[in-house]
This record gives sequence, structure tokens and C-alpha cells, in this order.
Amino acid sequence: MIEIEHITKRYGDADVVSDVSFVVQPRTVTVIVGTSGSGKTTLLRMINRLVEPTSGAIKLDGRDNRAVPAYELRRHIGYAIQGHGLFPHRTVAQNIATVPGLLGWDNTRTDTRVNELLSLFQLDPATFGPRYPHELSGGQQQRVGVARALAAEPNVLLMDEPFGALDPVIRAKAQEDLLAIQKRFGTTIILVTHDMEEAIHLGDRIAVMDEGRLIQYATPAEILARPATPFVETLIGTGDRPFRFLSLNEVGEAVEPGTAEGEALPASATQRDALAELLWSGRTALPVEADGKPIGRVTVEGLIRRAARPA
Amino acid sequence: MSGRIAFDKLGVVIAAIAACGVFLAPFATFRANRIVPGDAKTIFEALPSWAAMTLLIVLAAATIIALLRLALPWRLAASMAALAALLLLIGLAANHLTPPGNTYARVSPASGFWLLNFAFVLLAADSLTRLRLGPVARIAVLAAAALAVAAILYSGSWNGLSILKEYANRADSFWAEAAKHVTLAIGSLAAAVAAGIPLGILCHRVPALRDAVLNVLNIIQTIPSIALFGILIAPLGWIAIHVPGAAAIGIRGIGTAPAFVALFLYSLLPVVANTVVGLAGVPAAANDAARGVGMTASQRLFKIEFPLAFPVILTGIRIVLVQNIGLATIAALIGGGGFGVFVFQGIGQTAMDLVLLGAVPTVALAFAAAVILDAATELSASNGARTA
Repeated sequence: MIEIEHITKRYGDADVVSDVSFVVQPRTVTVIVGTSGSGKTTLLRMINRLVEPTSGAIKLDGRDNRAVPAYELRRHIGYAIQGHGLFPHRTVAQNIATVPGLLGWDNTRTDTRVNELLSLFQLDPATFGPRYPHELSGGQQQRVGVARALAAEPNVLLMDEPFGALDPVIRAKAQEDLLAIQKRFGTTIILVTHDMEEAIHLGDRIAVMDEGRLIQYATPAEILARPATPFVETLIGTGDRPFRFLSLNEVGEAVEPGTAEGEALPASATQRDALAELLWSGRTALPVEADGKPIGRVTVEGLIRRAARPA
Repeated sequence: MSGRIAFDKLGVVIAAIAACGVFLAPFATFRANRIVPGDAKTIFEALPSWAAMTLLIVLAAATIIALLRLALPWRLAASMAALAALLLLIGLAANHLTPPGNTYARVSPASGFWLLNFAFVLLAADSLTRLRLGPVARIAVLAAAALAVAAILYSGSWNGLSILKEYANRADSFWAEAAKHVTLAIGSLAAAVAAGIPLGILCHRVPALRDAVLNVLNIIQTIPSIALFGILIAPLGWIAIHVPGAAAIGIRGIGTAPAFVALFLYSLLPVVANTVVGLAGVPAAANDAARGVGMTASQRLFKIEFPLAFPVILTGIRIVLVQNIGLATIAALIGGGGFGVFVFQGIGQTAMDLVLLGAVPTVALAFAAAVILDAATELSASNGARTA
């Protein structure tokens, strides 16, 4: 659990972060979203003390983050940034082994962990371990950056626009990978982005920031249904709102009894994907299956009802 | 190709220089003793006719290869053959021109010889550059060239040349001055690296200090070397008299101490400036990540910043070493020793061969230092290739 209590950061006369408080539940993904200059990155960097707050406190599992030296604290908090920040003079394997090295792990344990992470990120250890960062593609560099952040098995992972430099296709893949890894390790992730779509897709909860203040802290559904201010509404983009709302839930929850013609959709697909498929193929209903067995159908009418603003 | 022969552009230049060297300029100079003006001798006058013919044939063949667009190994081999012929036959010319038993007569290479050497060194350098040799291969070529020259020297075939006669008269002092020269150049470099790198790191960390330090070092760099020696006489002389023990370790107003201090001061700017530039060039994201993963300030400096800045710092060290090897010549003016001793003695006696005895090793040392440090810079940079 991460408790952010009345955090303020002031540079000169300007409050970059102004009296922000919220609590991040363990094993969840929290996304801090805002425009540039909203103070979201500064807030993130105060958690691992790359920036020291002017006032307020941050507690990790009940302990003030100033209880240990900053470098000691950071070794136990994963940190991944936009443009990956890999060390260009070190190989991929050496990059990933950075924090285990700082913590004094023995070689066998470090090597095992490095190989495990490379395989997890679909990079063959024998091929990619000895390469230098400039020999990798942007997507591969980003994966190595996240692998390095996770190397010492941290409970908390901080990510500053981690997918900002990736093209849309690779970005979508990287987002799926991140969610899979979060499930596997149960890491508490705090991620900063300016992209509300990314926030809705990845976040269990979203913290919206503007001009240093926390405007709204809620689940994606809540933010979509009841944006706290016109600013949040602008960030969501009213044109896409119903579709984003549908994207939060799976087809399985919208299944109606009955059958339909054509190829079946898996129950785990999002309702947004189902609606898109229906509209594109010009049909009114599609069969849905779970574990290979038909379980019913989804209809355009049913989905449209679900896309409406909740009462 | 349309049947017309396409000439290599550089080959045309080389052919022109070589033609001047053969037909318009003398190959060797003969003098009755070491200071009188000499008689110019052409290739046919300087060499026995078989040797002159051999030389001309080799030079002509090499020039034709240089003119045609042949594969690089051919061009390299041609340049090596021409240079080998020139270097071996100049020794023969000395023996051929010197009357038997005459120990006063001097034979030295003349402008034609130097022009021909220049032409084929140009061809060799061009071939080596275009072969894109790796750093290790370049050092190997340098070592091979050094070995070849050493072998010729050892064989004694150059012993008739005036420069080696000057050497024979001064063999002991030559090596003593050589040692002083190298000690001055490398010792002042080592001191500048020991002081300059920490100073550069400090300048990088404290921006307010950077401009002040770099400006002072810039001003020092603009003081002419002889003036700097003069400026140092007073303070070092004062230290020698007033600081106990200073005179005992060789600190004096003139001699090695001011030369060492002057070279050290000149060396500081390139070392400090390149350290600052190198550190500033470390990618911001790498620095941020290093802090973010929990490196302490010193871990970040030694594991991330310094290794990434090292190729740039090494470039500064290369500049300093080449500059110092040249500048150390001036140290002789204030009794600091080094190859400059021969240069200034030679100028005083109008004995050009003695000047060459000081100048040729200086140039060779500076050239070798440049090649070796360039290769080292490339090696240190190759695995740390920068990413944006």
C-alpha cells in the first residue's frame, strides 16, 4: 500500500504539486494522467525520492519513504522511463543485472533472474543477453527497460510514460505484456501518462491531475460515467466516451440467450471489440463462446444499452 | 568502360610529385664536411648505375599502379615497394658518394628523395585509409613500419648518412635526451590527467566553476611557450630558494622544472575541457535511470558517467600527448633537455643534419602516439556506441 499524504512540491513561488493525497492499493495498477506541466511526473518521482517534497509524506506499507537513504529506497522500487534509459555501454544482460548487482546478489541468482526476465519478455537470452542496447529495436529496448526495473523483484514499479516512444502496434503489445506481468508477479504499478485511452485501458484506478492538483481519483468506469470537472471530461473526449466505456467490460457480461450466425467471439473480448465487429460486418447479433463452447450471443441493441451513461 | 583509360585522381598527383622528385630535384647532397654548402647529386650521380636503374624501374612501376585504378592491396604493395627501394638505396648512395677513408665528407638525402618519399607515403596512407583497417590492424601496421626502420638501422646500411654520423658522435647523449623528452611529454601528461580529470568532474558538477576554470585555462593556452618559460622563472626560482628541499628535488628557475610545469599547464585545457564535454554528453535518460535504480553518486560517476565520457576524454589525452611531444622540443631553450637540444645546437652550428637528428625522432614519436591513441579511442568507444 502506498499512502500519499498532503504532498506539495514548490519550486520558487510555483506549486508544481499542490497538497495531493491518495492511497494506492497493493497489487493494482494506478495511472496518473494529466497534460504536460500537470505535476504528474514530479509526483511520481517523489515516491522514490528522485524529487524531495516540500511538505507532506509518502508511506510505503506504512513506512515513511525517508526512513532509509534514498539510494537504498530506490533499489527496492522498480523504475522505468520513457526512452528506456538503458546504459549504452553495457550489454542487455548487464543492464538487467544492475540492481541485483547493487544489492550484492551472487552470480548464479542474478543470471537465473536475468534469463527468466528475458524469456518472459520474449527475448532469447542467448541471442539478446550479450547485445548492446543500440543493437535492439525500440520495442525491444523498452522491454529490456521494464525487465531491468523488475530485476530485483520489487513490490512497487514506477513507470514514467513507458510507452511514449513506441509506435501504436508495438505500444498495444507492450501494454498487454505489462498487464500479464502485473498479474503474474502481483506488482503494484504506478504509471504516468498523458493518454487517457492508455489510462482507461491499464488502470484499476486513475488519478487525474491538473496544475499540480489532484482533480479526481476513481476507477475508469467512475471517471467515464461521472467526470469530476469539465477538464476531466475534455481529457476523456466526449466523442469516444461510450466506446471507452464498452472497452472496460468483457463480452461475457453482455451475453444474451440465443444463437446467431457466423464466427463466434471469445467471451474475453471487450464489448467494444464486439460492437465494432457487429457494425463493420453489418449484422445485429454474433455468437459468443467460452472455452470453445457456445454460451449465447451479443446484440447491437444490448451493447448500445450498455454504452449509455449509467444512471 | 569505353576503352578510355580512367586515371586515379590521387595517382595523377602522386605521378606529378614523383616526376618532380626524379627529374627536377637532387636525390642526395654531398658535402666535403658537415657545415659547408653541398653539391646536389641526381639519382644517376648518387647511385651505381645498376642501382639507379633498379630504383627508376621500381618507381615507374609503382607510379603506373598508382595511376591505374587497381585494387587497394596492389596500390599498398606498390607504395611499400617504392618506399623500401628509396630507404635502402639512400644508404647505398651514402657509401657510393663518400670517398673511401674520408671521415669528414657528409652525404644527406636531398629534396628529390623527400619528394619521392612524400609521394609514396601519400599512396600508402591513402590505401590504408581506404582499406578501413580496424584499430588493432592499424597498430600492427605501425609496429611493422617501426620494425622495418629498426631493422635498416640495425643492419648499418644507413651508417654512411650524415644524420647517423651525427648520431654516432652523440650516441650516449641521444638516448639520455630521448629519455628526458619522453619523460617530459608523458610525465606532464600524467600530471595533467591526474589533476585535470577531477577538475573536469568538478566543473561538470558546479556550473559556476566551469566558465571560470575554462577561461583561465584558455588564457594560459594562448601564452606563447617561450613567454611562459620566462614567466615561470621568477616563481620557481623563488620556490627553489625559499622552500626547503625544493632545490634538492630539481626545482629551479630554469631546467626541467619550468618545462614540466609549462607543459602541464598547456595540457590542462584539453583534458579538463574534454572531461566536461564528455560528461555533458552522457545521455540524460541513462543518468536519470542510474539514479532511479539506486546508484549512489559515486557509483553513478564510476559505473555510468565516466565510462561513457571516456572516449571523449581519451581524445583530449591524444591531443595533449601529440602536442606535448612537439612542445617538449622547446624545453631545450631553458636547459630542460630533450630532442630540442640537437635542434638548437644544429641551428647554432648551421648543421642541418644535427637539426634532423632532433626533429625526425620527435615527428616519429608524435605520429606513433597519434596512431596508437586514435586506435585506443576507437576501441574504447566501439562497445559503448551511443544511442540517442
